[in-house]
Amino acid sequence: MEKYLTHTGTVLPLRRSNVDTDQIIPAVYLKRVTKSGFEDGLFGAWRNDPEFVLNKPEYAGATVLVAGVDFGTGSSREHAVWALQNYGFKTVISSRFADIFRGNSQKAGLLTVVLPQEDVEDIWATVEADPKTQVTVDLENRNVRYGAKSVEFAIDDYTRWRLMEGLDDIGLTMKKIDEVSAFEAKRAEYKPKTLPVLS
Amino acid sequence: MGKTLAEKIWADHVVSSKEGEPDLLYIDLHLIHEVTSPQAFDGLRLAGRPVRRPDLTIATEDHNVPTLNIDKPIADPVSKLQVDTLRKNCAEFGVRIHSLGDVEQGIVHVVGPQLGVTQPGMTIVCGDSHTSTHGAFGALAFGIGTSEVEHVLATQTLPLVRPKTMAINVTGKLRPGVTSKDIILAIIAKIGTGGGQGYVLEYRGEAIRALSMESRMTVCNMSIEAGARAGLIAPDETTFEYLKEKPHAPKGTNWDAAVAYWKTLQSDADAKFDKEITLNADELEPFVTWGTNPGQGLPLNAKVPNPADIADAEERGAAERALTYMGLTAGTALKDISVDTIFLGSCTNGRIEDLRSAADILKGKKISSKVRMLVVPGSARVRLQAEAEGLDKVFLDSGAEWRTAGCSMCLGMNPDQLAVGERAASTSNRNFEGRQGKGGRTHLVSPLVAAATALRGTLSSPADL
Ligand code: SF4
Repeated sequence: MEKYLTHTGTVLPLRRSNVDTDQIIPAVYLKRVTKSGFEDGLFGAWRNDPEFVLNKPEYAGATVLVAGVDFGTGSSREHAVWALQNYGFKTVISSRFADIFRGNSQKAGLLTVVLPQEDVEDIWATVEADPKTQVTVDLENRNVRYGAKSVEFAIDDYTRWRLMEGLDDIGLTMKKIDEVSAFEAKRAEYKPKTLPVLS
Repeated sequence: MGKTLAEKIWADHVVSSKEGEPDLLYIDLHLIHEVTSPQAFDGLRLAGRPVRRPDLTIATEDHNVPTLNIDKPIADPVSKLQVDTLRKNCAEFGVRIHSLGDVEQGIVHVVGPQLGVTQPGMTIVCGDSHTSTHGAFGALAFGIGTSEVEHVLATQTLPLVRPKTMAINVTGKLRPGVTSKDIILAIIAKIGTGGGQGYVLEYRGEAIRALSMESRMTVCNMSIEAGARAGLIAPDETTFEYLKEKPHAPKGTNWDAAVAYWKTLQSDADAKFDKEITLNADELEPFVTWGTNPGQGLPLNAKVPNPADIADAEERGAAERALTYMGLTAGTALKDISVDTIFLGSCTNGRIEDLRSAADILKGKKISSKVRMLVVPGSARVRLQAEAEGLDKVFLDSGAEWRTAGCSMCLGMNPDQLAVGERAASTSNRNFEGRQGKGGRTHLVSPLVAAATALRGTLSSPADL
């Protein structure tokens, strides 16, 4: 996983709430068995509309997505995170994320930042007035900066550390694998097993 | 202070806990399907890691599979590749798999309970958000992403932050024609699609206790539609009775030991939930969604809402967009909406009781000539059971199609899809734009409403017949 310290880029203002994962990446694109190449399916159903914000030339190359409330609801597909990353996004900002989407993004190294809705609105307004506005998302100092403004955001120490170090969870858990074995030794006899096959 | 049920199960599974870090939680059962697992197995292969506990892992094929002609190779080459990849991965890593054609194949959340590998007090995960279904047994069950699937395969654990708990008390008694699907649609309409975020929901109260296991699964299934990763119901005699003869239920003295433990799985009387809400089942009517998220629902007797009446600007905008997408006009009576497709199936309502209740209504009648109806059992076993009871004949005689098991039209990933502009009354769980096929329009309903709607061609409850 790539380390995330601080990132500066332009913004895609997505003025929609409740953007579910079926919108981020429709199910027909989920048939691949790799983690790459999902950029063509990003917001698949909306891409045909020339007015859709992702199609507007002034926002080309944006790497920070700023979306409405409840971003990433619905299915657990991590493909939604990969599609955003494959397309080039490094960070998503919203006033509220769905739990599974947020968990997935943090595993895959896509930073999700929660800001109050009024700050989201302010970024939208600023960026729509000047699409070239550079926004810096600073994980180390836990703030988002643009123009003369700086807004703080909260993120727990553990997740921040993992993202800044680019550490993958499995490696971290492997260091505790003896504790897992000890736990397993004490599991109740009656807990079900899938093997051997009984039916 | 006492503990809630979710807190008890959590505490029983903590492998290691350290201030400022997520808890490392042991996972009792890992369910796998073809869509969210290929990249996880690939990760194992790259790192040279085995599956730590193949004996706590089970796979089935559901999302991509066709529901017709399953004896032929899967026609869509990309779907076929994904299913073949799952089969290869399971063979290579020693994981039990139920493939198309196998009597235990079916939707992953139907298969676990029917095999009896879903039991009270367990932690259960799957790369699928409707894993919450298994919470009906008093298990802590939730959907995970592909990175987490790989983590569980490699370590049988997950690092997780303890969620908050919410009690949802459903008092009173359901009236005839009103089902557990209506309970959950009403809850989601009440708390919104983000209302459960960060919480484990515990459904309690008289109306929940009165539900069968299968109806409880319908409720827990849609916890995710309220934003909650998990929803559960304390186990009771109904649960034990359902489990008793299942193939993987504990046997002999193990059964007694298990039941003794399961009986402790109740929220303590003095436990404190972070939030509590109450719903009165006496007042519930059959529910239907009119919009493009599951929170946009109303009683069937209502009218399509007018966005101008919605105070919240965000919600107003969402309602306007939803009406445009759904092709609906504010003020239209919901019962005047004609549909062209009926989908009876999915992990929400594709179990035997769902099929029975719909067949009861269709028996001896013909569905409207304007609709097509797909009946898709949740698993091959459910299909066999239905055929043993003659339900297949009831459906076929009424003019419906009788298919083989899979996710089918719940999501547009297999050949069963809505065309642009088509409108469905569907017993599934998501009415998102394009969920059932690009441009398709979905109204979520119970099996009873689906059957009544099939007969009349417009959204209807059994009472309208
Ligand atoms: S039936 Fe629908 S909701 Fe259930 S697992 Fe399949 S696709 Fe997901």
